[in-house]
This record gives sequence, C-alpha cells and structure tokens, in this order.
Amino acid sequence: MARRKLVTGVLLAAGSIAGSLLVRRRAARKQAHVDLYGADGTVHSFTEGTPEAERLLPIANDLLAAL
Amino acid sequence: MLAPMDATQAIADLTEISPQVRRVAVAEAGGALGGSNLPDEEQANRLLEGARRLLDAAEELRPGLAQLEAATTAGSVFVVRDGDRLIAATTTPEPTVGLVFYDLKTCLRSIDPPKKTTRRRTPKKTEEAEDGAS
Repeated sequence: MARRKLVTGVLLAAGSIAGSLLVRRRAARKQAHVDLYGADGTVHSFTEGTPEAERLLPIANDLLAAL
Repeated sequence: MLAPMDATQAIADLTEISPQVRRVAVAEAGGALGGSNLPDEEQANRLLEGARRLLDAAEELRPGLAQLEAATTAGSVFVVRDGDRLIAATTTPEPTVGLVFYDLKTCLRSIDPPKKTTRRRTPKKTEEAEDGAS
C-alpha cells in the first residue's frame, strides 16, 4: 500500500514538473525576441530586456504598427 | 527549382502557401522596390526602409548577417538577404519560423532578376556585300 502511494506521488511530481516545463517553454516563445542568423550558420538570440533586443525591437514594433 | 517569375506572381504564391505571412516587399540589387503585396508603393518602401534599418542595426551587433527575425506580441518581422537582393515580410504572432524563412528564400530566388538592357549589334558587313554594293 505504502509502495503504491510512493509510486503515485512520484508520478504526480514528474507530471507537474513536465507540465511546468511546457508552460515555461511556451511562455518563452511568446516573449519578444530577436534572432540573428549569420551567413556562417551561427544564430544569436536576444530576448526582450537585453541591450541588443532593446535596440532592434522598437524598429520592428514601429514597422508592424505602421503597416 | 522554380522557374523564374515576376515579383508580383512570386509574392502571390508566397502568401497563398504561407498564410502567416502578411506584408511582403522585395528590394532589387540596386535597392529599388522590386515588388510587394502592399496597397501602395509608399507603404512598400516603408517596409523596405524599416527592414534595412533592422539589418543595419543588427549588422553592427553581429557582422555577416544573412537573415533575421524580430518577434513581438503584435507579430514578427522577417528579413532575408540573398546577395544584393532582399525580402522583408511581416507575419502573424508566433509564426512557424523555419517555414517562413524557407518560403521567403524560395520566393526571392524564384524572382527573375531584371534583365540588363543590351545594345543591339548591327550585322557586320561582309566583304562580299561590300563588293556587291560597289
């Protein structure tokens, strides 16, 4: 009986961790960001709040608002 | 490989294939507007100008840039360079990034570059023709 409870507890904990990871990942995707792709195949990603994104995102916002 | 076509047709195909893409403008090698799906030239040039501003600012941060995506809650701005030509597009929020880049590149490469005007050569006079004339 105690073993069964332990297994249920572990499964519940694993499920909630997986769920929170999914929610976090989805939230991160929704966050404003800029991805720069170099000709050499490199990718640099800057999320909102970084100096790089603060420089580039206003230009994109202006553009989206104007069109 | 797609056969070369004019920019208007290529952009129409792009927006049909990729419904996430809203506004598109293409700049030719010299920087002139090559085509767009915007209602007027002024707006198309505004999109290209904004795309160039984004590229220039991004190039200062990371030199050797090929393409970029600026994602906001209102939508995304995509800019792709292919040689001297450029394609800029806006999309709905949370687009399928890889697909949009692929479709933009395909669109840009399918556009027939403007033909250079060549001088027509007058046929060279042959000695026989000259002899016949005299």
